[in-house]
Amino acid sequence: MAKFICFMIIVILAPLLFEGGYIMNVLVFAGINTMLAIALNLLLGYAGQISLGHAGFFGIGAYLSGIMTTVFNLNPWFVISAASVATGLFAFLLGFPVLKLKGHYLAMATLGLGIIIYIIFNETIDYTGGPSGLSGIPQLSVGSFVFDSDIRNYYLVWGVTVVIMLLALNLSESRVGRALRAIHDSEIAARVVGINTRLLKVQIFAVSAMISSVAGSLYAHSVTFISPASFGFNFSVELLTMVVIGGLGSIYGSFLGALLLTLLPEFLRGANDYDIVIYGALLMLMLMFMPGGLARGIPELLNRFKNSLKGSGNA
Amino acid sequence: MLRLRNVNTFYGKVHALKNVSLHLQEGEIVTLIGANGAGKTTILNTISGVTPPSSGDILFRNESVNSLFPDRIVRLGISQAPEGRQVFKPLSVRDNLELGAYLRYREREPRREIQKDIEEIFQLFPRLKERAKQLAGTMSGGEQQMLAIGRALMAKPKLLLLDEPSMGLAPLVSQEIFTVLEQLRRKGTTILLVEQNARAALKLADRGYLLETGKVILEGQADELMENAEVRRAYLGKDKKEIWER
Repeated sequence: MAKFICFMIIVILAPLLFEGGYIMNVLVFAGINTMLAIALNLLLGYAGQISLGHAGFFGIGAYLSGIMTTVFNLNPWFVISAASVATGLFAFLLGFPVLKLKGHYLAMATLGLGIIIYIIFNETIDYTGGPSGLSGIPQLSVGSFVFDSDIRNYYLVWGVTVVIMLLALNLSESRVGRALRAIHDSEIAARVVGINTRLLKVQIFAVSAMISSVAGSLYAHSVTFISPASFGFNFSVELLTMVVIGGLGSIYGSFLGALLLTLLPEFLRGANDYDIVIYGALLMLMLMFMPGGLARGIPELLNRFKNSLKGSGNA
Repeated sequence: MLRLRNVNTFYGKVHALKNVSLHLQEGEIVTLIGANGAGKTTILNTISGVTPPSSGDILFRNESVNSLFPDRIVRLGISQAPEGRQVFKPLSVRDNLELGAYLRYREREPRREIQKDIEEIFQLFPRLKERAKQLAGTMSGGEQQMLAIGRALMAKPKLLLLDEPSMGLAPLVSQEIFTVLEQLRRKGTTILLVEQNARAALKLADRGYLLETGKVILEGQADELMENAEVRRAYLGKDKKEIWER
């Protein structure tokens, strides 16, 4: 609970630290990435099922929102929820054959899925605009209040992120969360205590896809322009990195991982051509010294720091 | 209560169970003995639905259960403590026990009832109570085995399937486990027990089946099996010389 209050205070006050500008825009992306990392973490960190195709679900949400609001002029809020349900249903049906696979095979299957979705975005030019993208997506509004500035988008996106975070925390502490962790550890044992592992895996896959779709819709409406490049394999891998760096099986870890991986490239801009090298080196160092991710690594580091302070006091 | 008729199970092309027939009555403890690879574990996994049979009938309380998913079978009242314990290592002891009652939570049984049963398990295995908050993976093999049995009991089974509860345990610990099984027997729990330690198993059980390469080759009252020359020679190792040289 204390953790959550801290988190809320940071989210609410962060904009005061920066007087608008570019960094606010980056923080909007950090919110979207946090949602996606939480979604993937429910699947990977809790249930232990890998997905290398989550950028695809993110893209489906974004494109459904984009197309339905520009081409068909539907209400954006309605489209966000409908897109989420549709994506969830799609993942649910797909989950039955795909989630029968395990380990590397599951990774390959979801990888293929992501690539197929990416190709569809590229090739159905009549609807998606193909590689040149889809523009003119309307900004969200409530009555006459339009989410047209970075600061407004910030509160919109982070508002939704907080809700999703609460739901995810709740889920992970519940009977279902326990069952997911059980599947992760031993699927046979999970089955003999009466967990319908097949159904539960598919269900969490669908929930994860639904959250990703919502993130995609919000992305489309806040940026107002989308192109397939944002939803490719690279982004799926980046999401995976956020989850692992943040800490598998920790919701707050997903927040930290998403925040770090969204902000880091911005701070490394100054290093010009070397930014990608430094970025890679930092990730490797973090995995070597914090194998449990930031969520476990940071408290450990703080503890060690405290102990060393005590130690020097005695000496 | 439970009846298997001409059950055949395959792992891919390997014919693991060949026309196995056996039965259990309410309140009975029946043991399956035999060498490695004889099909003992496969019988349990076939009953619990983990490796469904390719032919034959499995009747539980006159209801056919052979094509059901494992969770349905647990719901009907059969729960298993699987081979190698398979406790949920990153979860606490209490969480493991709560997971044993997974379906009861799902069926909205009052929390109070379930907590009461957890206390009962703690009475049966006081060591688990001391370690309620500890992660299951950090406990000794014997404690993990107690937890696996406790977890299976949390489903309130009518029939308990136990797969090698003494596997890899020190003799004293294994004795402790058998003492608890004795207690369960007095409470009238029906148990199908797979054991390597044939002597301990036959001492506890009412009846037994002897398996070899996927077939039942002998069945009978436990004390009869204990006296059987073939069983003594191959599985009890007693008076080997005497019997051999006769």
